Amino acid sequence: MNMIVCVKQVIDPEAPPASFKIDTASNSVVPPAGVPPVISPFDEQAVEAALRLKDAMGGTITAVSLGTGLLRDVVKKPLSMGADELVLLEDSAFDGGDSWSTAAALAAAIKKIGEYDIIFCGRQAADWDSGQVGSGLAEILGLPSVTLAKKVEVTDGKATVERVIPDGYEVVEVSLPALITVSNELGEPRYATIKGIMAAKRKEPVVWTPADLGIDTSQIGVAGRRTKMLRLFQPVREGTCEIIEGEDEADAGANLAKKLSEAKLL
Amino acid sequence: MADNKGVMILAEVGDGKLAAIATELLGAGRKLADDLGEELSAVMIGSGVGALAQEAIAFGADKVYVVDDALLKDYRTDSYMAVMEKVAKEVMPRVLLMGQNSIGRDLAPRLAFRLDTTATMDCVELAIDPDSKMLLQTKPVYGGNARAIFTSESMPQMATLRVKAGEPLARDDSRKGEVVNIDAGLDASAIRTEVKDTVLEEIEGIKLEDASVVVSGGRGIGGPEGFKDLEELAKLLKAAVGASRPPCDNGWVPDTIQVGLTGKIVSPDVYIAVAISGSSQHLAGCSGSKNIIAINRDAEANIFKEAAYGVVGDWKKVVPAFRDKLKELLG
Repeated sequence: MNMIVCVKQVIDPEAPPASFKIDTASNSVVPPAGVPPVISPFDEQAVEAALRLKDAMGGTITAVSLGTGLLRDVVKKPLSMGADELVLLEDSAFDGGDSWSTAAALAAAIKKIGEYDIIFCGRQAADWDSGQVGSGLAEILGLPSVTLAKKVEVTDGKATVERVIPDGYEVVEVSLPALITVSNELGEPRYATIKGIMAAKRKEPVVWTPADLGIDTSQIGVAGRRTKMLRLFQPVREGTCEIIEGEDEADAGANLAKKLSEAKLL
Repeated sequence: MADNKGVMILAEVGDGKLAAIATELLGAGRKLADDLGEELSAVMIGSGVGALAQEAIAFGADKVYVVDDALLKDYRTDSYMAVMEKVAKEVMPRVLLMGQNSIGRDLAPRLAFRLDTTATMDCVELAIDPDSKMLLQTKPVYGGNARAIFTSESMPQMATLRVKAGEPLARDDSRKGEVVNIDAGLDASAIRTEVKDTVLEEIEGIKLEDASVVVSGGRGIGGPEGFKDLEELAKLLKAAVGASRPPCDNGWVPDTIQVGLTGKIVSPDVYIAVAISGSSQHLAGCSGSKNIIAINRDAEANIFKEAAYGVVGDWKKVVPAFRDKLKELLG
C-alpha cells in the first residue's frame, strides 16, 4: 500500500477565542503570540487513517504539505507519528492561494510522487473550513472519491469506507486508487513515539518549488485564485447574559428554573 | 460568461418529500433571483421524484428540472456529478446553490472543479451586490471565530448554504411554474463507488433537529454517566439531548448527537448548555437558538457571551436542583 496524506499547517484552533485577532487592513488573521501553529486536526486524523492501514498491511506513507513559513517541528509531526517521507511545497509562489490553486499545486506534486493506492486528506482545514481541496484533487487526478470517512479498510484492491451521514454511516466500497477525506469520528490520532520523534529529527524533508513540479506560477498561490475575499471580520457578540445567583450552587439552579418559568421559556 | 443566467438550486428529496434544506434553498434562491430579475430553477434528482416538482414550485421555483432514473435512487458522487454537470452545462445558471450537508459537502467542490469554476462552502448569508450583480458569499471561517465575504468571477458562481440559514417561503400551491424532464443518460459502469449498507444509529426520543428544547453536555460532564442526568432533565422538558465534540470523540455519547460545525446545526427555542465552554466550532451549531442557557463552573467561559441566562457553578450541584424546581413548577 502506497499512501499519500495531505497535511496543512494552521493557527492552533484550540487557542483561546480571545486570542483571535484580525488585521482588517490586510484582511488577514494575526497569528496569536506564543501559540505555535499545528497540523490541522482533521489532517492529523488523515495521517492516523493511513497509519492504521500501514499497521494492518504494510506500505509507505508520504506526507505532503504546502505553505510558507512551515515550521519543521510542526510539519514533521506525520513523520514522528510513523509516516515515511515528507514533501514540502514551500515557495512564496504557493502563498495566498485558495482551494483551486492549492489543489492544482498538490495535484502536480502527487503526479510527481507517482505511485499511490490511496490519497488521504482531512475533511476540511481548521482555518478556512472549506473542505474542497480533497474533492478537487480527486477531480484533477480523475480518481473516485469518498468523503467524511470514519473507518477505512482495504481488501482485494478495494477500500471499504464507513462514511458519516447525519444519522449514522454508509458503508461505501471504492476501487483503488482513490481519494478519501477523513472526519473526526475516525478517533484520536496516535501520539508520536520517542523513536518516531528521533527518526523525524534525522529525516530531511524534500522541498519542491513550482519549477520542480513543472507548474506555471499563474496556476498557483495568489495568481491561481478563483475566489476573491472582499472582507474578513469578527462578528460582534452582544454579551448580555443575566447571571442567576443563589445562596449556593443548588439554590442558583432552583432560581434559574423559576426565572425560565417566569420568562415563559420552559 | 454573459450567457449565464438565473439562479439554480439542488432540491433534495428524502422520504418521499421535499427536504427541509430544499425549501430553505428555494427561499434564499428566490430572493437572489428577484434581485437579479432572473429565473429561479430547481434541479430534482432521484427515482420517482417527478411528483414533487409542483411542491418545489409552491415553495418558490419558476422552473423545475426533473432527472428521474432508477440509478439515481440513492446519492452517489459519480452519478450525481454526471447529472449536475449535464444540467449545469445545458441551463448555464449564473448562480448554483446546494445545501451544506452530506450531499452538498461531497458534490459541490467536485462539481465546481469539473465545471472549471469554484464554490464557497458553508455560507450563512448570500446576497447580490447591487452594483456588480455578483454573488456575495458570507461564510464563517476559523471555526466560527471570523467571517469572510467572497466573490468569484468564474461561472456559475457556486455556494453551499448552511442548514437553517435560509428562510423558506410560505407554501403557495397557486404558484405557477414549468416542469422540464431531462434524461439522466447515465452509464452504470461509470459509477465507481457502491454503497453496501446504510447503518442508522437510532436515537430514542425527540430528534435533535426537530426539538424545541435541547439539553446539551460538554467535556465537563466527565463521562457517560453524567449524560444520564441530562437525559432525565431532557425527558422532563420533552427535549432532545445533544453534545459538543469532546463527549462524542471520547465515546461517551453517539457521534450522531454532536452539535457544531462538524455535527448538527440546531435552532431550538431553548438551548441549555451544560458544562460547555462555548468553542466557536460548537457555537456554529447552536448560535441560531432563540435562547441559550449556560451552566458552567468557569465564569469566564465563552458560552456566557452567547447566553441569555446563566448560572456559574458545578453542574452536578446546579442541574439536580434546577430539575427538581422545574418538576415542581411544571407539575
